[in-house]
Amino acid sequence: MCRLALKSSDTPFSPYEVLLAMEAMQEGYDGSGLGLLMRGVQFADFNYEPENQVILSGIAHTEEALSRLNGIMESRGFEQKYDHEFTVRPELIEARDRFKYIVRVYKKPADMEEAQLEDYLMHTRLMLRRDGEEHGGDLTVFSFWSDVVMIKEVGWPLEVGDALSLFDNRIMARVVMAQGRQNTNYGINLYACHPFFIQGISTMTNGENTAFVPIKEWLEGKNIPGYMGYQSDSEVFTHILHYVTKKLKLPLEVYKHVITPLKPEELESHPQGDFLQGLRIACRRLIIDGPNAVIATLPDETCMLVMDAKKMRPATVGGKPGTWAIASEMCGVQAMVPDRDPAFDFQPMREHTVIIPPDRKELLIWTQFDPFTLPQAA
Amino acid sequence: MDSVRSVYTTPSSLTYCDLPWIIQHREDRCTLCGRCTAVCPVNAIYLTYRRQRVPKLDVLKKKRGNEYRHFVGIRQHTSIEKKCIGCGMCSSVCPNEAIGPVPNTNEHRTVFHQNQKGDAWKRGGRRNRSGATILDRIAFDRISMLTDPALDAGRHEFSLNTILGRVLPPEEFLRRKMAGEWIPPTREIFPFVIGSMSFGALSPNMWLGLLQGVAYCNEVLGIPVVMATGEGGCPPWVLKSPFLKYIILQIASGYFGWDEIIRAIPDMQCDPAAIEIKYGQGAKPGDGGLLMWFKVSNLIARLRGVPEGVDLPSPPVHQTLYSIEESVMKMIQTLSMAFGFRVPVYPKISGSTSAKAVLNNLVRNPYAGGLLIDGIDGGTGAAYNVSMDATGHPIASNLRECYQDLVAQGRQNEIPLFAAGGIGKNGNVTQNGMALIMLGASGVHMGKYIMQACAGCLGNEKGRCNVCNLGICPKGITSQNPKLYRRLDPDDVAQRVADVFTAIRTEMKKIMAPLGRSQSLPIGMSDALGIDDADVAQRLNIKYIC
Repeated sequence: MCRLALKSSDTPFSPYEVLLAMEAMQEGYDGSGLGLLMRGVQFADFNYEPENQVILSGIAHTEEALSRLNGIMESRGFEQKYDHEFTVRPELIEARDRFKYIVRVYKKPADMEEAQLEDYLMHTRLMLRRDGEEHGGDLTVFSFWSDVVMIKEVGWPLEVGDALSLFDNRIMARVVMAQGRQNTNYGINLYACHPFFIQGISTMTNGENTAFVPIKEWLEGKNIPGYMGYQSDSEVFTHILHYVTKKLKLPLEVYKHVITPLKPEELESHPQGDFLQGLRIACRRLIIDGPNAVIATLPDETCMLVMDAKKMRPATVGGKPGTWAIASEMCGVQAMVPDRDPAFDFQPMREHTVIIPPDRKELLIWTQFDPFTLPQAA
Repeated sequence: MDSVRSVYTTPSSLTYCDLPWIIQHREDRCTLCGRCTAVCPVNAIYLTYRRQRVPKLDVLKKKRGNEYRHFVGIRQHTSIEKKCIGCGMCSSVCPNEAIGPVPNTNEHRTVFHQNQKGDAWKRGGRRNRSGATILDRIAFDRISMLTDPALDAGRHEFSLNTILGRVLPPEEFLRRKMAGEWIPPTREIFPFVIGSMSFGALSPNMWLGLLQGVAYCNEVLGIPVVMATGEGGCPPWVLKSPFLKYIILQIASGYFGWDEIIRAIPDMQCDPAAIEIKYGQGAKPGDGGLLMWFKVSNLIARLRGVPEGVDLPSPPVHQTLYSIEESVMKMIQTLSMAFGFRVPVYPKISGSTSAKAVLNNLVRNPYAGGLLIDGIDGGTGAAYNVSMDATGHPIASNLRECYQDLVAQGRQNEIPLFAAGGIGKNGNVTQNGMALIMLGASGVHMGKYIMQACAGCLGNEKGRCNVCNLGICPKGITSQNPKLYRRLDPDDVAQRVADVFTAIRTEMKKIMAPLGRSQSLPIGMSDALGIDDADVAQRLNIKYIC
């Protein structure tokens, strides 16, 4: 079973803190791997400028792969500004084919509109991924985006953190999400480890999505670039969030209505029932079948926790103005924000979406039975 | 002793041992009450006087002679038209268990002589091939309880319903919603639908019982079951009743009953569930509907607007239109318009390798509300035996390839596919239906199973009964003769409808719970399916398990 931890704070902190929260929840997972995402990144050795620079995260398994990567990045017009060298202790890593953990900062290409750049970054990431796959999987790329660093590795989460010396405060971030398992239902594969990432949107999940295959087939049928991979049943959550917010351009709250719509009889008395009834039918192939708790982060550092409709997966959110934590277990929240008032911890039920807004002043607890703001015409 | 004289036989002279069913009569138990001969739907048996010679030898007087005993017994006709059909009504009325049909374990001869007077064999029922079907052999093998907390079929909430009607892609839905444009009508229904059986094919009591049961399922049990009329229209009192919303009205190539329906539109209290345009039927592809004259009673004639007692063969295609594409397009559009674009309209076709062509046509038709594909194992009230046994396409692979075609186009959410033809053939109705749903069907239609489970239809795939076409149904299910259909109490049928759907609902949960599914019907969840035949597994693109 997966355990999840997310911390969001006004001041950058070490990702190791989140790994310690994972350690607190250690009885809940098998420790077969770690997936880590950082946002609001700060390097000790480099003054990172998110508005002008993007970060590539991944693993080059051979020297040759790294040199191919260099070639591709150059040909795509990316100028390297910083190459983060982890202090690696290889003896703590199970795998033997890790030539270099890549966290590299590149200058954004000039003269590109926002939407054009977003697509360009994603296509570059997909190109690198494809290149790795064509060469026996010697290059793995997790993210290529502004202000996002991702690490995925096989092994016990805290040991992976030790192996990469994540405690050394050379990388810190305002948002860190971590997940402690390689894969639930399918083969072990670095790409199968949550969190998943597409165009700035990232999610991680605990639990099994048994509706995976029909959802995957539907998403693949949309022929949207980046809707691929699917080594894990949880990857569809990321793509659905991307689809709802980026493609359908609907508010964040609607995600909940898409993946776990209310029942028809409940929608009858909902203020937006007419619209939601139609949406439920149009998006019925995206209804998930958990139990799942989905934790997401967005480019503006908004964090979100969505409960599945069965409410059979645990998740707790707690914290204080300026610092919030979401974890599978209360002890995880306790480890991340020990100085909060636990009486205000909240465990969402089946209808809830919890949103930590970028200002981190207070939690938004939104229930599906409440209306949300839609563009005027709707 | 009589000598064997020159024997005159006709080519079709058969003895009782040549028949598919042999009547076993125990004279020691028989009370000669005559009920069996009275009830037999085909007059296969008769009471007769027989003489038995008893040789007598008086040894002391050195005389030999004969004595003759007379007795009354029950005998079996051997002519083709009166051959026993194995229905077993004689056993059911016999007070002493003295009589009953026994299947002929040897091959029988009647198949060679069914075509008397050049009339090819017509019958009711479905393809006479018995044994486990492909659907029966599919197992649900992706048990998620091992990786996730188990669902409890008895306690958790399950969302079991499906959507009938055209579903827009999300982008298009939002665009139209914003612009205030037309959104195609949809219905949320129970995925097991009572398939088309016409008022004409079924007796009034059967029809009434089904409708009562369907209304009870909807209004009391909360199971939104819908039933489809066949071609023969719908009684005016139903058309003008609030129960019309549970009914899918069928229009077929004979257009029988549609005068009444069109006239009733202004008086309708609610819209029908949907309109089904029949282009084909799994039991007899290429044939139109057939209601034989025996069943065209006064009531049926009035409903269909035809004279009494004439055969009613519908043409194989919709005659008024030039091409199938045009036909499909115009009929769907016309019928949508007739009901104010508030009712889903979809075609029903027979399983065929050309089903994909129809489907691709429908995908491009913005008014098409679905596609129903009826496989070779579908039943019918009347058809030529050769059509039933040898014409058509099994549903499993046909449905699967259509679904996968939609998947390849990313349109699988838009045109719901419904499957029919052999669902519950061997009684495994929920298993068969759920297998098809996981292969990609949005729901299934079942007719024969409903007759068997809800009304006690005796027909089987070993040639038992199969006389729906003649109006002599011994259970009163497919007869228009009041003396026969009064045997069937509509209340009992309604009770069985409720029993059947309650049980299907429970079994659906029992299948879905171990798969970890409860939030939506697992349409296309092919990763949950396995079959013990590698070739079939490959064809259906599911797992081979052994």
